[in-house]
Amino acid sequence: MEEIVNLFHGFAVVIQPFNLMVMLVGIMLGVIIGVLPGLGGANGVAILLPLTFSMSPTSAIIMLSCIYWGALFGGAITSVLFNIPGEPWSVATTFDGHPMAQQGRAGEALTAAFTSSFVGALFAVIMITLVAPLVAKFALQFGPAEKFGVYFLAFCSFIGMSKEPPFKTVASMMIGFALAAVGLDSITGQLRLTFGFTELLTGFDFLIAVIGLFGIGEILLSIEEGLTFKGGAAGINPRVVFQTWAELPRYWMTSLRSCVIGCWMGISPAGATPASFMSYGIAKRVSKRGDRFGRGEIEGVVAPETAAHAAGTAALLPMLSLGVPGSPTAAVLLGGLLIWGLQPGPLLFVEQKEFVWGLIASMYLGNVVGLLVVLTCVPLFAAILRIPFSIIAPIILVFCAIGAYTVHNSTFDVVMMLVFGVVGYVLKKCNYPLAPMVLAIVLGDKAEEAFRQSLLASQGSLGIFVSNPLVSSIMALGLIALFWPLISNAMTRLRPRPAVY
Amino acid sequence: MSENSQGATGPTHRSVEIGVAGAIAVFAIIVIIGSLQVGIGWGAEGPKAGFFPFYIGLLILISSAVNFIRVVTETSDRGLFAEWGQLAKVMSVLVPTAIYVALIPWIGIYVASIILIAFFMKWLGSYDWPLVAAVSLGVPLAVFLIFERWFLLPLPKGPIEAYLGF
Repeated sequence: MEEIVNLFHGFAVVIQPFNLMVMLVGIMLGVIIGVLPGLGGANGVAILLPLTFSMSPTSAIIMLSCIYWGALFGGAITSVLFNIPGEPWSVATTFDGHPMAQQGRAGEALTAAFTSSFVGALFAVIMITLVAPLVAKFALQFGPAEKFGVYFLAFCSFIGMSKEPPFKTVASMMIGFALAAVGLDSITGQLRLTFGFTELLTGFDFLIAVIGLFGIGEILLSIEEGLTFKGGAAGINPRVVFQTWAELPRYWMTSLRSCVIGCWMGISPAGATPASFMSYGIAKRVSKRGDRFGRGEIEGVVAPETAAHAAGTAALLPMLSLGVPGSPTAAVLLGGLLIWGLQPGPLLFVEQKEFVWGLIASMYLGNVVGLLVVLTCVPLFAAILRIPFSIIAPIILVFCAIGAYTVHNSTFDVVMMLVFGVVGYVLKKCNYPLAPMVLAIVLGDKAEEAFRQSLLASQGSLGIFVSNPLVSSIMALGLIALFWPLISNAMTRLRPRPAVY
Repeated sequence: MSENSQGATGPTHRSVEIGVAGAIAVFAIIVIIGSLQVGIGWGAEGPKAGFFPFYIGLLILISSAVNFIRVVTETSDRGLFAEWGQLAKVMSVLVPTAIYVALIPWIGIYVASIILIAFFMKWLGSYDWPLVAAVSLGVPLAVFLIFERWFLLPLPKGPIEAYLGF
């Protein structure tokens, strides 16, 4: 098979010493980012993106994606030991992980969490290896209308699957689109929405928005909640690891189910957080020991961690094959592609084989390295979390400022970062989801371009979006996703006992 | 979310939500005005530059109106947005950060960072001076080595760095 050959070429790229080093550095940084409150995956990748400007795109994506894997692993450490989810997707891990730590089974919980993360990621990577090239090949036939259809589907599923009020999701998303529109219009070359401010000529950069919304906003939230870390001892010894590994195969069914849930939720842009909750909820309902969930059941760690990691990894599938990121972090990675001069989308698989397969190979290797790193270095990372907030907070602020400045070497961007931070804090407290805003800022220009090109082709008639079976079915799927809460409500009303999982 | 404990006061969730919905509506109107300025119709090159943002602005306006109505008609009391004490804590981080951001163009990011870290550690953490000095000088130094030396990314510098010859 051609894909297998390509994959081996990818491995050859990844095992170059420089790339291996970059991978290790990325994983270590990623775990630290995952452990620290206020530095999430998206934000951490955004801050460190400028460091990759001088690297080759392949090394750069390896480093950034490894930061992402590291952050996924790191979230579990704080959840289990400190009952503080370092990342939103590890909230569900605290339910059973922390009780286990309190019972002195922290090592067991951590081993289960890390191993499940690894299994989830591996499942998703295999899926990406097999499916992504096919999707990309299929998507090569897409015209502007189909492209817009895909964006439409992505954004509709965001609204339909969001647990926040739908109109808040719409508001947040549309603000993102509006911010993306500011500056030079790429089609007519006209300036718009700048109101005479020269600083706005280039528009709003999504990296600044990410650093502000997720970084500064998170710090403000943490300080308000008055974070104090009280954690159990962190110790993992090889004996516990092997004991836990011997026990884990018993939960293969939970694992497999969580992998599938994770992949599905990751590809549709619902993301890792709902995937982890859904997987936990279903495991609780299905498991024979479901009534003991919440009191330190190892299965209650396996389910959310597997799903979160599978979703986090699967989110890269649409990013790679369609140019539509499935999560904010994938969106930042996609923005990175643009900065490195690559055009995201199906053509990547044709024109940038080394890049794509290097990335996919690095996913395999990066997760193995990540598993080893977290299993061996837990005490070190736990120690980082014990650094008091009054020391770590200003350091995070400094790094956010540096990250924002280095995007365009502009101090105005640092000011914008702070503005986005305050906006992010207020919006988050008012239940406005921030991820759709970031995705819209990243994709706004491309979605608009596809929309306008379609209209140009049809002389202004919206009929082009139903003009052939392909585009009409994509648009129909989008509408189904958009109204999914209403549809599923109606379905449960028709059927008193839902049998669908 | 903040729990409304006995005796604690602060802005209510409802008033903040109303304010947010209002602010978003104002933003939407700005977007709509900006779009009208560049034209929202059909030009020689297809849809004009303001075409897409105009409808985006409309959607923002509609959704913020819906959110506004939902908040106003909501009967359940969702308690406080935050207690004044919590907001004071937020301000104790926000104000120094704002000053820090304002100082960067004038004195450079390194000196500003030293001041920010030292201020936080001394004022919020009340650590001893030796530790404060070690961290506040060490972090910018590490940043300098990593960013300027290793990755060759220039960061804003002020008069002190100029005096030192950088």
